[in-house]
Amino acid sequence: MEKKHKLEWGPVASRATGVLVILAGILLAASLCTASPEQDNPIPNIFRTYSTPGDSIVRLSWFVLAICALIFLVVFTLLTYAIAKFRNKAGDAQREPAQVYGSTQIELAWTVIPILIVVVLFLATARVIHAIQDAPKPAAAVEVTAIGHQFWWEFRYPALGVVTANELHIPVSDPAHPTPTFLKLLSADTDHSFWVPQLAGKTDLIPNRVNETWVDPQRTGLFLGQCAQYCGTQHAKMLLRVYVESPEAFQVWIQAQKQTANQDEKELAGRRVFETTACVNCHAVGGTNATGRFGPDLTHMMSRSTIAAGAAENTKGNLRLWIQNPDAIKPGSLMPAMQLSDADLEALVRYLETLQ
Amino acid sequence: MSSDAMALPSVGSAGRPWVETLHEWVTTVDHKRLGILYIVYALIFLVVGGIEATLMRIQLMFPHYSFVSPQVFNRLFTMHGTTMIFFVAMPILFGFANYLVPLMIGTRDMAFPRLNAFSFWLTALGGFLLYFSFVGGSGLYGAGNAPDVGWWAYAPLTSRAFSPGHSSDYWTIAVLVSGFGSIGTAINIIATIFSMRCPGMKLSRMPLLVWLNLVMTCMVLIVITPLSAAQIMLLVDRYLGGHFFDTQAGGSAAIWMHFFWIFGHPEVYILIIPCFAFMSEIIPVFSRKPIFGYPVMVGATVCIGFVSMSVWAHHMFTIGMSSYSNAFFTLTSMVVGVPTGIKIFNWLGTMWGGKLIFKTAMLFCIAFLFQFLISGLTGIMLAVSPFDWQLSGSYFVVAHFHYVIVGGILFAIFGAFYYWYPKITGKMLNESLGKLHFWLFVIGFHLTFDLMHIPGILGMPRRIYTYEPGRGWDTLNFLVTIGAFIQGIATLVFVANLVFSYFRGPKAGNDPWDAWTLEWSVSSPPPDYNFASIPTVASRRPLWDRKHPEDPDSRYE
Repeated sequence: MEKKHKLEWGPVASRATGVLVILAGILLAASLCTASPEQDNPIPNIFRTYSTPGDSIVRLSWFVLAICALIFLVVFTLLTYAIAKFRNKAGDAQREPAQVYGSTQIELAWTVIPILIVVVLFLATARVIHAIQDAPKPAAAVEVTAIGHQFWWEFRYPALGVVTANELHIPVSDPAHPTPTFLKLLSADTDHSFWVPQLAGKTDLIPNRVNETWVDPQRTGLFLGQCAQYCGTQHAKMLLRVYVESPEAFQVWIQAQKQTANQDEKELAGRRVFETTACVNCHAVGGTNATGRFGPDLTHMMSRSTIAAGAAENTKGNLRLWIQNPDAIKPGSLMPAMQLSDADLEALVRYLETLQ
Repeated sequence: MSSDAMALPSVGSAGRPWVETLHEWVTTVDHKRLGILYIVYALIFLVVGGIEATLMRIQLMFPHYSFVSPQVFNRLFTMHGTTMIFFVAMPILFGFANYLVPLMIGTRDMAFPRLNAFSFWLTALGGFLLYFSFVGGSGLYGAGNAPDVGWWAYAPLTSRAFSPGHSSDYWTIAVLVSGFGSIGTAINIIATIFSMRCPGMKLSRMPLLVWLNLVMTCMVLIVITPLSAAQIMLLVDRYLGGHFFDTQAGGSAAIWMHFFWIFGHPEVYILIIPCFAFMSEIIPVFSRKPIFGYPVMVGATVCIGFVSMSVWAHHMFTIGMSSYSNAFFTLTSMVVGVPTGIKIFNWLGTMWGGKLIFKTAMLFCIAFLFQFLISGLTGIMLAVSPFDWQLSGSYFVVAHFHYVIVGGILFAIFGAFYYWYPKITGKMLNESLGKLHFWLFVIGFHLTFDLMHIPGILGMPRRIYTYEPGRGWDTLNFLVTIGAFIQGIATLVFVANLVFSYFRGPKAGNDPWDAWTLEWSVSSPPPDYNFASIPTVASRRPLWDRKHPEDPDSRYE
């Protein structure tokens, strides 16, 4: 057949693959360990969870990863060994090796063993599916309706009479007296997906369909997520913030959100701008005649730390920019540019800043 | 047996006007020419889809980068996905099947040569329609835009409320038309395999490549149908006031998902099974041993064919199905891993005790084995539905299926090019350029797709045109883009090799690899009629029998 080979490519190939895999593993391990648990969690790592469905998923995931790693090691070793051992040596290219057509015993072995592994994996998985999906709702559970919009989140607390947007507040749960949060997931337009990796896996919000998910957070803090199902132009900036608070802080927040909007007499001019332009078609401000529902409820918008579904910090400069030219922050968002005069814009922003 | 080609003029002989050559290619019904047309067509779209991928990777190099607008980015990933699946992977694999199946079963053409040409031109029309959306998407005045609904085109994004203009229609009709082409080719290949085998070639003696293409084409027949049905329903929704997927009028978005994925998941196997076929021909030849466990390989493939039809909803674990549905699809998705694992072990068994020859084709096959192993294992992770609730829709999934499609399918296709190029053109590909191509591609591939798993684990969703800084995704995305560039350079080396070797490569001869299947018994390139006289075979490796009359395979089968 062929002559000789200058370089032994096979072993080099397998070694290079091995090195790459190991490097990737190290990088992965490093990134998994770097997030500090104490401060707010800037990295929404699925392996650093602080809530029940997330935690049970992590335990199952490590089990699956361990089995997969084992399979990988065995097959990788066999393949590498075969490549290194059975390469054609120079000089004896003329003789063909023994022609082996198969072996029933060996083939049976490598059929039965994978089947056993599948049985184990399936049983372990089925348990977790049942535990998460069929969990009963305790009486003390907080109920929230989350509605996906292009490209923001609406959160309604029907039992508490609170409506807010993009920043979800929920109480931390005490294992002795669990107060999990059950979310009913709806969509106003296209498909979306609710995903806060450190609390739970994702569940889609699908129009004309009611989905449900729940979280039972064990630690206070801010947890980041974002829409995980492509929903249109600004899918990327449909961000999500979940504040897990102590029961007391949560009660304080609820009480504050229940109030109607601040009616500061000094900002009447700005309020007039708001109520006489297109703002009211889409936005609601509690206690006024602004009752639009196409955009986020602004009754307590200054209590939120971001605007435009997390795309920008809630500062005066960003507010001005967002009202004047939303495309500068979020091109393709459904908020129109309002084309206000400088005086009107200034008055409007000052009014919005009173909506504590 | 017929090894000696008659002296007939070869294709495209010099001195004729180019119009005549062109006319010959456009009107051809020869399975070899149609095979080449499929392959060349797919290679052109491979470059187009690759450019789209590169533009996306540049945009994702830095957080809050504005290389392209969100609108353009969304069109890019829609076009990239649609192009790569429907207009690169399917046609290139059909091209190889078209070219190789008749040669390997010892016949002179496909069962229906004119249907064959018709199917190719339908597929070609599909690709043209898809890209015509850039011009005609908003009407005929040339202000169009490509579809931006993602390659799954989930409802209700495709409804007229969210997708005005005609860009989605071009997507729908392109997929529909190329689907008809695929069905035509599938029927043709099945008919050819069942009715045109040469004397002595029982089903149990067919080369594995033919067997696997038989399974693949049967799957095409079954699963393209629901996809086509869904496209027609979508058109009814958009133009005739239907409400199949129109959620605002009581339609169901989830029904579209079912229709799409009952096509979409078997599609992955439709693409990978012909690649298993390449493995099953190339690895034995470069191990100098017959395939290990031929009956099991056939059985495992048929088994994959059946089981893969019942796994589709693992793409939908997050849509809120019942716990029983989730458990069922978890089980089926894991079960399909068993026959797939058997295949890897059988290739290992083929190499075991052999004399491995590391030609470029074999290098690609070996890399395939490692990479396919890894993608299979990440597939098991995604089959575990609770794990999938975290990983689904994230960059982990993107990394996983690119590991299958690039690390598996594309590597196998590269291997097939290095193996059969000499047969198709009569010239050897340059081995040094081939090895350069291989190593560059391996490095680029692993840099891109190994690292791409991590942002997914760190919470990065797919299909976002930009991302927030400080979430641990920045460096990884930068490196992923560097890897994409290396793969791009490697692909250029490959294309250069194809062109350079066509003009300057050494002559291949009939049988450069000392192989065993019938296509190597004829000249390179094969004459128009393939075989001067139809061969008769007595075993799975007819050329082995001929080269080793003292120890023929037929004695053991």
